[in-house]
Amino acid sequence: MTDASKGFRLLAAPLAFLALFFAAPLALVLAASLAARGQPLDWAFSLGAYQRMLDPLFAGVFLRSAALAAAATLTCLLLGFPLAYFIVRQPPPRRRLLYFLVLIPLTANSLVLTYSWITILRPQGFLDLALQSLGWFGPGPFVLLYTPAAVFLGLTYWYLPFMVYPIYASLEKVDFTLSAAAADLGATRRQTFLRIILPLSTPGILAGSMLVFIQCLCAFVVPDMLGGSKTLMIGSLIQQRFLTLPQDWPLGAAISITLLALIGAAVFLTLRLDRSPASPR
Amino acid sequence: MDFRPPRPRLDLPALFLRANAVLMYAFLYAPIAVLIAFSFSGSRYSALWGGFSTRWYEKLFTNAEIRSALLTTLALAAASTLLSTLLGTLAALGLARLAHRLRRWFETFFYFPVILPDIVMAIALLMFFRTFLPDSLGLPAMIAGHVAFNLCYVAVIVSASLKGFNPALEEAALDLGASPWRAFLRVKLPLIWPGILGGALLAAALSLDEFVIAFFVSAPGTSTLPIHIYGLLKKGVTPEINALASLMLAVSILLACLSLLLQKRNS
Repeated sequence: MTDASKGFRLLAAPLAFLALFFAAPLALVLAASLAARGQPLDWAFSLGAYQRMLDPLFAGVFLRSAALAAAATLTCLLLGFPLAYFIVRQPPPRRRLLYFLVLIPLTANSLVLTYSWITILRPQGFLDLALQSLGWFGPGPFVLLYTPAAVFLGLTYWYLPFMVYPIYASLEKVDFTLSAAAADLGATRRQTFLRIILPLSTPGILAGSMLVFIQCLCAFVVPDMLGGSKTLMIGSLIQQRFLTLPQDWPLGAAISITLLALIGAAVFLTLRLDRSPASPR
Repeated sequence: MDFRPPRPRLDLPALFLRANAVLMYAFLYAPIAVLIAFSFSGSRYSALWGGFSTRWYEKLFTNAEIRSALLTTLALAAASTLLSTLLGTLAALGLARLAHRLRRWFETFFYFPVILPDIVMAIALLMFFRTFLPDSLGLPAMIAGHVAFNLCYVAVIVSASLKGFNPALEEAALDLGASPWRAFLRVKLPLIWPGILGGALLAAALSLDEFVIAFFVSAPGTSTLPIHIYGLLKKGVTPEINALASLMLAVSILLACLSLLLQKRNS
């Protein structure tokens, strides 16, 4: 009993801080999404922001964001699963090193690494010059910068470690003597993989895919820098409601709340799927 | 009977796994290599190699705007690291004392700022400070934002190191007549210290690199290094950015490695 009350006393300061600078601002976003448009908002109840959000003008941005996020998630999964599998099957010292090497780019500033991609993808950039000197792709410059392909590449690059991390964590717990046992009992490698390894790593696959999809959907730095104004994504759409004139706080808030609702649904669904009888535990 | 060993067959799946891994590491490190290599290139036209030169680094150190951005970045990182380490450690110590179910509930709460998209956090803080504390936009708002998410990372890391702490040690100190403060300072703190330091280093690394939140709540005249780079990029690519970006990359990789080493030693 005294232990718990001591615990609450210790928690008081951090919880108060989070209530003031985390929960209160988020509550304000919810309130602002239900306010009327003003200079920059008018505290009168209105559902106008959610109606403005359905403007067909924005539909393209939402669809493009969802499509790019889905494509990047799928690519990260197809590239990240074999990578995680490869690392797990290495002897321990090398395994730790290889795993560490996947996480290192994550610790860098996303702005800095995205900037590096700009120098590679821009006209007269690294890729363009390399391809020109090989004589590929005809006479004109080969420019990926400010196209959806560049955003796709940047998202896949930046979020790949987010996919490898949870898959590695769940593959690390797999008892690989099981696959040896299956092989002894006459299973082919394909059967062993599909019936044993894949089901046992489902929690990691689900967690990784959810994490990458959410992060890609809400990304701001990568699409803003590699996509420019031609390949607008949701993050930039929100940013513009606040930092460019004319401002529209309720609309920016309404888009954010919708994203949060989607994230909540995705987390809930992942937890439910994770508990389905098909997966272990 | 035939005792010859079976002919080694081409192991296609293993070959695929190896090739994929080599390609993925090349993909992950290509932009880092390009960035660092060209920061030492002498030519202004950065896609062509212009001979080894450190002149872009020299230019950095004489640039007044970069010096002021560096000072803001360091002040922000120092203040937010100090505060988030203190609050995060308090949170971890408090969580460890709660009953299991209650603890799970609170732990979930501490994960929220970690999964919340930074753009949403940024506009939330922008609206909050514009509405209630307009004079605090700039450095104070940046500190508040960074502490709010960093304290959660610190709490998670310190919680992990508390799981390895044997509570009997603290009880023994109390039984032997130590005051609760003395038992904490002389027994518990030295044992969980690596976890706290690891959390602090991670908080510092995250704060030094954070861009989106700082950008939204910044005021005219207070820009951090990432904000400064973003502004330069909107004007175009220059070799000075290569040098600045390479330096920032080196610092964040160094801090992250130190943090991971400390956490590893602790566990």
